[in-house]
Amino acid sequence: MNSPSSTRTNLFQLLSRCSAHLRSEGVWIALVLMIMFGGLRYDSFLTEYNIMTFLSYNSMFILIALGMTFVIMSGGIDLSVGSVVALSSVVVAAVSPYGIEVALPVGVLVGVATGAINAFVITRLKVVPFIATLAMMLGARGMALVISDNQSVPVSWDSNFTHFGLGKAFDYLPWPVVTTLIVFIGCWVLLEKFPFGRHLLSIGGSEESSRLMGLQVERTLWGVYVLSGALAGLAGVMLASGFGAGQPLEGMGWELSAIASVVVGGTLLTGGLGSISATLAGAILLGLIFNILNFENGSGTITFSAYWQSVIRGGFLLVVVIIQAKIINKARAR
Amino acid sequence: MTDTTITFGNSPKPLMFKVRNILTRNGTLSAFFLLILVNLAITPNFLEIQTLYVNLTQVATIAIVAIGMTLVIASGGIDLSVGALMALAGTVAPLIMLSDFGMSNPSIGLMVAIPVALLAASAGGLFNGVLVSRYNIQPIIATLVLFISGRGIAQVLTNGELQSFDIPAFEFLGTGRLLGIPFQAVITVVLALVCAWTLRRSIFGRYLLAVGGNEKAAQLAGVPVKKVKLVTYTVCGLLAGIAGLITTAINAASDANQTGQLMELDAIAAAVVGGALLTGGKAPVIGAVLGAAIIQLMGYTLLANGVHDAVAMVAKAFIIIVAVYLQQMRGGSK
Repeated sequence: MNSPSSTRTNLFQLLSRCSAHLRSEGVWIALVLMIMFGGLRYDSFLTEYNIMTFLSYNSMFILIALGMTFVIMSGGIDLSVGSVVALSSVVVAAVSPYGIEVALPVGVLVGVATGAINAFVITRLKVVPFIATLAMMLGARGMALVISDNQSVPVSWDSNFTHFGLGKAFDYLPWPVVTTLIVFIGCWVLLEKFPFGRHLLSIGGSEESSRLMGLQVERTLWGVYVLSGALAGLAGVMLASGFGAGQPLEGMGWELSAIASVVVGGTLLTGGLGSISATLAGAILLGLIFNILNFENGSGTITFSAYWQSVIRGGFLLVVVIIQAKIINKARAR
Repeated sequence: MTDTTITFGNSPKPLMFKVRNILTRNGTLSAFFLLILVNLAITPNFLEIQTLYVNLTQVATIAIVAIGMTLVIASGGIDLSVGALMALAGTVAPLIMLSDFGMSNPSIGLMVAIPVALLAASAGGLFNGVLVSRYNIQPIIATLVLFISGRGIAQVLTNGELQSFDIPAFEFLGTGRLLGIPFQAVITVVLALVCAWTLRRSIFGRYLLAVGGNEKAAQLAGVPVKKVKLVTYTVCGLLAGIAGLITTAINAASDANQTGQLMELDAIAAAVVGGALLTGGKAPVIGAVLGAAIIQLMGYTLLANGVHDAVAMVAKAFIIIVAVYLQQMRGGSK
């Protein structure tokens, strides 16, 4: 009696492991294919300039996508990150005369504060994450507009503030790319090597059983939302220093591209499963679509207006979720 | 014997249900009256008929979309694409009316334009429904696809340009009056009554609430879960389309970039304030209209008293959290 059921369990485990591989490795395969396509088709695609500009610009998106990965793994969602980026950029622009040493912590603190409010509403008031962060999306946007009086806030060019967004470390790597790399490694270590990561996945798998097992669910959730907020705050610093202004209207819809990156990376929205590196690949992949579209326009064979970008992104997301759904449904059916 | 026990056992329940329903609605209703009292006290010229007209004109689109959102939420889902579908419908209709065919046969053009625009929006809803029901994709992701690309399609169709027109018969949708009442307010009331009646009296209404209440149980009881979801999302798309046409008619121009922007938030907020439970199983359609009225009136109050537009956003965020929190308190104490 025991052996058939255990074979079945083994088979199931094997299958789900296979599908997990497909989920997380599919995105890498797609990424490599796309880079090859771009490299073969356009001369200046693999130049240092294009790569650095691309990574530098996409750093902000990668940061919030990393935060979103943690949130989604915990079974929640954070819709407020786009607005928090805007709020942080506005606040940071105001303190930019004091230099990046002050501005950077301030920006991150703004994010931490919003994340803490999210966490409070979610864990104490028991409001579902979707609504709690939706409210913060409105609230943070409103705050950004109030502080900036509806206008973009110019940053100080006298201090070293803009050096963070435009300068390069060792005259080679742009600071945003270095920062993102450090954050990425930090996130990976946090997820793979610390109890926090395992607690997180367990909570995403089943909050109730995690609680019964004695995990500190509330504390972990606080960590998750504060981290997501902090990374959004950091992205706001990059926005302000890279574009020379705090922009209260920027960041609209960024939360959704972040979610799309996470999903493309293969993290399940139901929580309990996910990969930091696949999110990185997903975010780069979605950014590449735009980059390649630019090249295609530049080469003059076709003329896509910028509006096609969102159509193609949506179509891409569609393909990915359908493939994901088919894999999951198949695994479930067996 | 069994018959009598069943009737005895069951009869108090619907009564309690009704009482609680009325109480819930009264909570929203009393908030509404409170707002009106506050306005009477502080807002200058609040009792002018003009105030009523302005508010009725503006609330209609929120209310119509909120009705559709309530249905989707009742099924246990969410629809992020409503704003994009508004833009799509609002763009398609003028495209047809301003085409050569539409210009040479104005009345036929109008007769074709409105159904085709509504068909396009319904098709978007149907698409959402297919993703949710056939592929078991979480509603938030499934509707994210059209949220991203739906507006993009509208922008591609018009190249992102404003289409202004001068077609009085169409503009009647947004500026006309029926017996002195703004036409779109009449549409809203009719739609709300039809939906409320359908939910109360038709099999579909029962099915919808069953699906939202407990999908597995509904499935086992023989409810055609997939079909119910398909219909629900399609209706939500159709209602968003109607709202898109009204917005376009009010402006006598279609703007793919702006029509329905952030409408998903207002609609979700209105539905929640109106008493919809995000976990599904409850569809207070009239409450949603009331919720839309509260959100509209609150915005108007702040605006009429010279409060910054952005502060209104923060206030809206507070109201959403408080409404959900109170609802959960009520839910928890049962």
